[in-house]
Amino acid sequence: MNAIVKTEHALGSRPGWANEMAAMLEAYQQAGGEPAALQLPEVATLVVSANTVLVSHEIAGIHFQAEPLENGVKATIRVEPNAKIEHPVHLCFGVIPAEGIQHILANYEIGDGAEVQFLAHCSFPNAVKVEHRMEGTIYVGKNASLTYTEEHFHGQTGGVEVLPRVRVKVDEGGRFNTIFVLTRGRIGKMVFDYEVEAADRSVVEMTTKAYGHADDEVVVKEVVRLNGEKARGLTRTRVAVRDQARSQVFTTMEGNAPGARGHMDCTEIVRDQAVAQNTPLVIVRNDKAQVTHEAAIGSVNRKELEALLARGLNEDEAVDLIIRGMIR
Amino acid sequence: MTEPILKIENLSLRREERQILNDVNLEIYPGQVHALLGLNGSGKSSLAYTMMGCEGYTPDQGRILFEGRDITYLSITQRARLGITLAWQEPARFEGIPVGKYVGLGVNPPDRERVIQALEAVALPPKVYGYRSADKTLSGGERKRVELAAVYAMRPRLAILDEPDSGIDILSLGEIANLIRRMAIEGVAVFLITHRDELVETADVVSLICAGTILFSGKPLEARRYFTGRCIPHLEALGSQPWDTSKPEVQEALSSNGLLNLAVPDAARPDGKDKNV
Repeated sequence: MNAIVKTEHALGSRPGWANEMAAMLEAYQQAGGEPAALQLPEVATLVVSANTVLVSHEIAGIHFQAEPLENGVKATIRVEPNAKIEHPVHLCFGVIPAEGIQHILANYEIGDGAEVQFLAHCSFPNAVKVEHRMEGTIYVGKNASLTYTEEHFHGQTGGVEVLPRVRVKVDEGGRFNTIFVLTRGRIGKMVFDYEVEAADRSVVEMTTKAYGHADDEVVVKEVVRLNGEKARGLTRTRVAVRDQARSQVFTTMEGNAPGARGHMDCTEIVRDQAVAQNTPLVIVRNDKAQVTHEAAIGSVNRKELEALLARGLNEDEAVDLIIRGMIR
Repeated sequence: MTEPILKIENLSLRREERQILNDVNLEIYPGQVHALLGLNGSGKSSLAYTMMGCEGYTPDQGRILFEGRDITYLSITQRARLGITLAWQEPARFEGIPVGKYVGLGVNPPDRERVIQALEAVALPPKVYGYRSADKTLSGGERKRVELAAVYAMRPRLAILDEPDSGIDILSLGEIANLIRRMAIEGVAVFLITHRDELVETADVVSLICAGTILFSGKPLEARRYFTGRCIPHLEALGSQPWDTSKPEVQEALSSNGLLNLAVPDAARPDGKDKNV
């Protein structure tokens, strides 16, 4: 049964979903979230389990509108113009059973001059065959600022497909900063697909971190179009793969206007029989724009490794520390 | 009499068709600061890497004894666990590894107070630096101090410090010198590669290396005499080419300085022969 529940943080007061909520809180913690934060009245919160909204808690300046779909939820999250949201907004998505589909249609509207941070945790702790698909649009208004941090936990079976596809528009003077982290447990299959259009004087910063094991598959597609004058863009991709895992990183940065500056920075560490690939694409359509790119793909840097060995770590410990640091 | 903690015997190293180290003999004692001086490219860092067992620095001949045990073919980890460590001249940078964690890596069992003490010893306030990443956001000088702190925190038996002074501002040299003395007082054998007089002054013994050959080992004042009396004329005559007193231009330079009869220690000669020039 599909249901949308709006609460005043009376978590656990409705027996019908209390068990599911408890399971989601546990999953949320596994994904790196702090469950206590979901119960603070001053923190805006949205908790979605499969196609059920368990918690939708608004605060002044933020509005959630959510409706169930057959296999997920359609949600609009709106931040009023000039609202300065003091505490990060907590979002929690997940599927608790071993099998399931969660399709999220999300629309974020950040009003002009607003400032907000989102902390999204997506957890599929028991997944054997779970598909988590997100189709999102994000609009960051003039001189607004959005920081969106998303962390995942997929359990140890690798039975998850994570398919976020997000289109972002950052208006004049806006700032969009996103950090996507999938470094706990197995990945399964992930296709991270973001495209960002940046207007005059806007700033885009995207960080993606993933750690693939076994036969995990990581695909990162990032496109940043610096369309406005003096727009700035930075992509940082950090991927480690081991065993038979595969990673493919496709980053595109376009400098399309005077004074636009972009940089793409990709580091991939490969171990065992894993394979990593990086395909950068730099396009500059204005002679006063500049885009740069750097990539390092391969085994762990020998100099870094020896520095740690000289402190008494063995090679496995040292490599693990370097990788954990890189994707931290 | 105290036994040397580290003894290097007839050590030679070739890399990429070049002779990097040539029949090196050295003894380093606990609680002693042993400085190694030499021109750029003379083999100082190569000797340090060979002592630490770094990849590509396995000697072609000779051996390294640590407390009487042959460690010539031990791995870096094995040497580190015996109490040998190295502070790199240009330390690696680590994305996402906090300074405090890095400094504490060699501290066994883990000891937070020791990490704080080590950071304070290199004048890095723990509250400011402890949680910063040991990455490229640190300046060269800050990163060098972090490296020294990590070595100090580890309480090694032998600390190999490869130019801990490079990139360090003049005011901080005194702090580095103090830390080196402090380590020696605590019983650590310090093998110090340096170009700075301020740090040479901390040394009990100084060795001079030229073209992979140890020319001289002795007290700092004697080393200074040796360098100014023999090395400088040699350099003026031949630049940084290998030590070769058979060349007429070197003999002429030494003669003009009245140094022809100055004895040279046997071990300091590339040909191993005892002769006066």
